[in-house]
Amino acid sequence: MIFAGTAHKFGDDINTDYIIPARRKRDTIDHAELARYLMEDISPGFPDRVRPGDFIVAGHNFGCGSSREAAPLVIKAAGIAGVIAKSFARIFYRNAINVGLIALECDTDLIQDGDLISVDLSSGTISRGDLQIKAQPLPKVMLDILKAGGLLDYLRERRDFITT
Amino acid sequence: MGRTIAQKILMRHSGTQAEVGEIVVARIDLAMGHDGSAPLAIEFLKKLGAKGVFDPARVVFVIDHYCPSPNERVSALHAMMREFAGGGQCTLYDVGEGICHEVIPEKGHILPGELAVGGDSHTCTYGALGAFATGIGSSDLAAAVYTGKLWFRVPPTIKVVVEGHLADGVFAKDLALHIISRVTANGATYRAIEFEGEGIRSLDISGRLTLCNMVVEMGAKAGMVAPDDKTLEWISGRASRDFEPVYPDPDATYERIVEIDAYTIEPLVAIPHRVDSVAPARTLKEIPIHQANLGSCTNGRLEDLRVAAKVLSGRHVHPNVRLIVTPASRPVYRMALEEGIIKTLLDSGAVIVPPSCGWCIGACNGIPSPGENVISTANRNFKGRMGNPRANIYLASPATVAASSVAGRITDPRPYLE
Ligand code: SF4
Repeated sequence: MIFAGTAHKFGDDINTDYIIPARRKRDTIDHAELARYLMEDISPGFPDRVRPGDFIVAGHNFGCGSSREAAPLVIKAAGIAGVIAKSFARIFYRNAINVGLIALECDTDLIQDGDLISVDLSSGTISRGDLQIKAQPLPKVMLDILKAGGLLDYLRERRDFITT
Repeated sequence: MGRTIAQKILMRHSGTQAEVGEIVVARIDLAMGHDGSAPLAIEFLKKLGAKGVFDPARVVFVIDHYCPSPNERVSALHAMMREFAGGGQCTLYDVGEGICHEVIPEKGHILPGELAVGGDSHTCTYGALGAFATGIGSSDLAAAVYTGKLWFRVPPTIKVVVEGHLADGVFAKDLALHIISRVTANGATYRAIEFEGEGIRSLDISGRLTLCNMVVEMGAKAGMVAPDDKTLEWISGRASRDFEPVYPDPDATYERIVEIDAYTIEPLVAIPHRVDSVAPARTLKEIPIHQANLGSCTNGRLEDLRVAAKVLSGRHVHPNVRLIVTPASRPVYRMALEEGIIKTLLDSGAVIVPPSCGWCIGACNGIPSPGENVISTANRNFKGRMGNPRANIYLASPATVAASSVAGRITDPRPYLE
């Protein structure tokens, strides 16, 4: 599975309130509707700059803050294929995989805003031109969930968690 | 090899050795959801074709985030929760019963040694009772409600040892802010924290709940205090099922030990827009305050209202400040009423709003204007958190918030407590 798109660069500690503020997500669980508010407090107009298949590339602790699953769902609904960060806050990381949004950890200093990057999910490699960056491997259960398209589809198939 | 509390609870619930780093599937004792997370989980359960829940006695939903409902669309989400609960699939605490993290321990839904997951990042609060409790999203909540299980990576544990007692006028909130500034906003990511030492033992349960509430602000998965006599006394009369407390092995392995001298801590304030940017209250006296908020799952308990009343007794809130007080639950509200705390607060000029999250997430009940400074007892000061990205949020203890509301600027509360 290979994905390619443009990198949109963000810094450290991008919290879930920045991704989608509670005052927006309060009213609905329709994430397509919420997608236009993605990052509105820190990067106004961001959803208009995203093309389907693009990536968010960030620093440390991406997705810290609340447990709202709206955060990865809204990122996905805006057309983003995945988030590549130096590290994730743990609830966001789980939620991203659970909704089928790619979330990979690696050193992101070598990726600049606007770079065209491609991601090979099976090998966990991120490429920019000739440069290849190896991401932290996902535990098997997470990779299985991601490959199934998310936790719902994973459970629909198996009805239980299988970790071996 | 000895094990930490986190490992022992996960071991007991998964039937594995729960070695650090291992992925285990563990049975859960409680699945909690609120109006910010449960509606999506209910939708997922429908999509899964779930006929029921694993155990209705262990599924608890709370309407607390956006309540009483500010509009028709939120009302529709609340109705979804009522319909689900009406089918006998869970316990529902409706509008006005309280904030989830106050209601769950208060009503005995979580007990020492248990494993809880909740569709809210501050689910870690329940670690104060010696439980392993962690926040999850709505998909995981649906999975937990459906299967009664969830997968966990067994976390390494950081031990935080607090020596000595907190000085007068210094509270669990100050201790929490001090620890967060030391460990940093992501210094405990993927990790559990175990609190130990005289400074922890001397805290009442309310203070321990405040402390464990804030471990997620360091990225931690869970924060725990091993149960002691205070815990067991607090639990007695609340527990509706048997439980078995868990204690760390004497030779447990910790990834890191952080040592804190409680006596050196003074009243602290987290400054915008990071919880780990912390300064002593006395150094911030140039900062004027426009709104002061007392409440939230961090500091909305009776003990918190009591200390605020002590500060405000015979004083009046500064004319430029709105002081908004939210008792964290109906029982807290009632006890505060009976003790005369509510009267003191009202007389001082405070506005009392019903138990809910409300202003903490900028949902309702007090959204600041552009350029305003807010001092609050909540746990997050992210830009926009209270509904306005152009406002500044400072976080502090109930005493500091109350004293600052009188002074009209940030102030050290100690002179007000003498
Ligand atoms: S009071 Fe604030 S932090 Fe606590 S559960 Fe409610 S919204 Fe979350």
